Amino acid sequence: MHEISDFREMDEIIARHGAEARNIIAILHDTQAKYRYVPRAVFPYLSKKLGISTAKIYSVATFYENFSLEPKGKYVFKICDGTACHVRKSIPILERLRKELGLSAEKKTTDDLMFTVETVSCLGACGLAPVITLNEQVHAAMTPEKASQLIAKLKEEEEHAS
Amino acid sequence: MLRNRADLQHTREIYQQALDNQKKKILVCAGTGCVAGGALEIYDKLTELIAAQGLHCEVKLEKEPHDHSVGVKKSGCHGFCEMGPLVRIDPAGWLYIKVQAEDCLEIVEASIVGDNFIDRLAYKQVAKTYQTQEEIPFYKKQTRIVLDHCGQIDATSINEYLALGGYRALEKVLFEMSPDEVIQEIDASGLRGRGGGGYPAGRKWSQVKKQSEPVKYVVCNGDEGDPGAFMDRSIMEGDPHRMLQGMMIAGIACGAEAGYIYVRAEYPLAISRLETAIEEARAYGLLGENILGTGKKFDIKINKGAGAFVCGEGSALTASIEGKRGMPRVKPPRTVEQGLFGKPTVLNNVETFANVPLIIQKGADWYKSIGTENSSGTKAFALTGNIQNTGLIEVPMGTTLREVIFDIGGGMRDGAAFKAVQIGGPSGGCLTSEHLDLPLDFDSLKKAGAMIGSGGLVVMDEHTCMVEIARFFMNFTQHESCGKCVPCREGTKRMLQILEGIVAGQGTLEDIDMLLELADMITSTTLCGLGKSAAFPVVSTIKYFRDEYESHVLEKRCPAKVCQKLKRIHIEAELCRGCSKCARLCPVNAISGTIKQPFTIDADTCVKCGACLESCAFNAIKED
Repeated sequence: MHEISDFREMDEIIARHGAEARNIIAILHDTQAKYRYVPRAVFPYLSKKLGISTAKIYSVATFYENFSLEPKGKYVFKICDGTACHVRKSIPILERLRKELGLSAEKKTTDDLMFTVETVSCLGACGLAPVITLNEQVHAAMTPEKASQLIAKLKEEEEHAS
Repeated sequence: MLRNRADLQHTREIYQQALDNQKKKILVCAGTGCVAGGALEIYDKLTELIAAQGLHCEVKLEKEPHDHSVGVKKSGCHGFCEMGPLVRIDPAGWLYIKVQAEDCLEIVEASIVGDNFIDRLAYKQVAKTYQTQEEIPFYKKQTRIVLDHCGQIDATSINEYLALGGYRALEKVLFEMSPDEVIQEIDASGLRGRGGGGYPAGRKWSQVKKQSEPVKYVVCNGDEGDPGAFMDRSIMEGDPHRMLQGMMIAGIACGAEAGYIYVRAEYPLAISRLETAIEEARAYGLLGENILGTGKKFDIKINKGAGAFVCGEGSALTASIEGKRGMPRVKPPRTVEQGLFGKPTVLNNVETFANVPLIIQKGADWYKSIGTENSSGTKAFALTGNIQNTGLIEVPMGTTLREVIFDIGGGMRDGAAFKAVQIGGPSGGCLTSEHLDLPLDFDSLKKAGAMIGSGGLVVMDEHTCMVEIARFFMNFTQHESCGKCVPCREGTKRMLQILEGIVAGQGTLEDIDMLLELADMITSTTLCGLGKSAAFPVVSTIKYFRDEYESHVLEKRCPAKVCQKLKRIHIEAELCRGCSKCARLCPVNAISGTIKQPFTIDADTCVKCGACLESCAFNAIKED
């Protein structure tokens, strides 16, 4: 969890969009891009700066699917389960990723904060179904085997890096 | 900065000349699909190789003409996603498919330096080679007017758009037409909202214009949350100025000075292309204060969505732009009276705005000559599923499903039989082979119990379970229900529970009746379009595939062999060699036996995960 002691970066984000209540969604987007999730510590700060209650910010942050109040992994897999991907068998890919990483529908992120596996409703690349994204990068025509290879590659890279 | 009409016309001429000077052009598809396939690498490699040949490689249209310059462009989506990455060579119109980085050298040498077509990169079908894009059956049957530029121009250059006559419609509206004439033209064209509802755009605009409130807004709905639809994305990515121009014209016609585009956060490429386009238009003085010296004012801002399907609904979308939870409200007052920030608002989707410049430029009569009497123009569809040629298509309204699926889509994959097509996403319905000759237009589809919706066409073959598809859509809408009104929040949850029971083999005949009763109740009592249409996929699958529901509840059998809990897995004794591999893999220890003797599966313990199926080297494990 982030213990934010320095709010200068938050100030920059707020300044970029304007300290108005109507800009809260854009501000939350940038906050999440910065910390990979929305840390609770920013709620009271935003409340003071934008003049809206923390409850209201909380209600917005929890309403939208894109915002996460839990820290996410360094590598985020999004498995598209839109109609086209579903029809072309996206679920076995999801199951394979979860199995390899020891995750489930409830537990989406590994304890070492390395991997997150989640589903999305549609990525809009239906012509290449089934599709997954790894940190915004689209991987088309996926199979469970290719997904396994992707994880193996990432793990290997991580080992090299450390 | 363009200060007046003459400036605009002059700039257009300069860039027309510059474009003509590009003796050869390479268009690399840089839509999301092809980028995933490595299109950007191909683009870099091509620019590098062309420069290495001593040719002047023009990546941005330049004012000063060079002799023998080659234009290399990142274009929007060509639509033929299944065949990507795609590379088009102009002026010949050649289309190369499935291009890899290794092919670049040959492309440059043969087709750019030389004038030769590379046969091995061509699209082939039944021993016939198609050289030009226009000849390929996938394109030949289409009428691309809105998607005309997608794949044909550099999507990141306003100059290229101007060179092809861009912003002519805005020019006409500013200097030759009164706001009433603009609205009249749109009205006469019969343009209906492409977001799904099909409400006449001209009528909407005139309702906004006549409001006495001085502050008005134009909002473009680029939320496109329908699973299986991506035509709006392709327009935003491939021809952003077309849509911006449509919004500007709406603003000038209705008296609005500010426009908002609400785009899904899942579309980062569309967002960045729109940002570039807005900046360029602003720098030219086409957006902002005193447009082309007319004293008119209009500017556009982008708002990123945050992953809520319900925000595609008008009042939820405007609430989201205002920084609130995207929850629909009771109507009236309607958006045209009190929309964004409580002001009268023109709210149309991407494709609707993209049609506007064409209508202004070519006239309502021309537009009405395309399509059917009550649905004029074309419609872009995202063609996906178990079909040969997936991708993005545009056809005149009234084209039949058969033409779309078999002529353009090339029929089913792997010789499977056609079963159904799901149209209009979670708000739409399923159509069957008896509807193949149904014309695709707003009214015919409504009569058949489906709707165009946002235009997703998911084709399904015999290996698709319709009950499971109904459960899939209900799972989606239930998850996306904003929870504000009870019928939608609780009703969809109950419907989902029932459907989950049926696919798990615990359904009864009464459940089917209950689904229909709930569907009726939810449709007639919910607050917004999400709830009103939530039950459509269930109702249409029960209507056309009742026998499949009955197999699930009466025989506990899934005819398409999809529903996992209804599967039966057994080992064929004659084929089993008793190697025990399956038994070791089984996560629930349902398989037992003695080595070198046939093994058996205990049906009660088996969870039908299928792990054993893949493991058997002798194909002794069967599923039925």
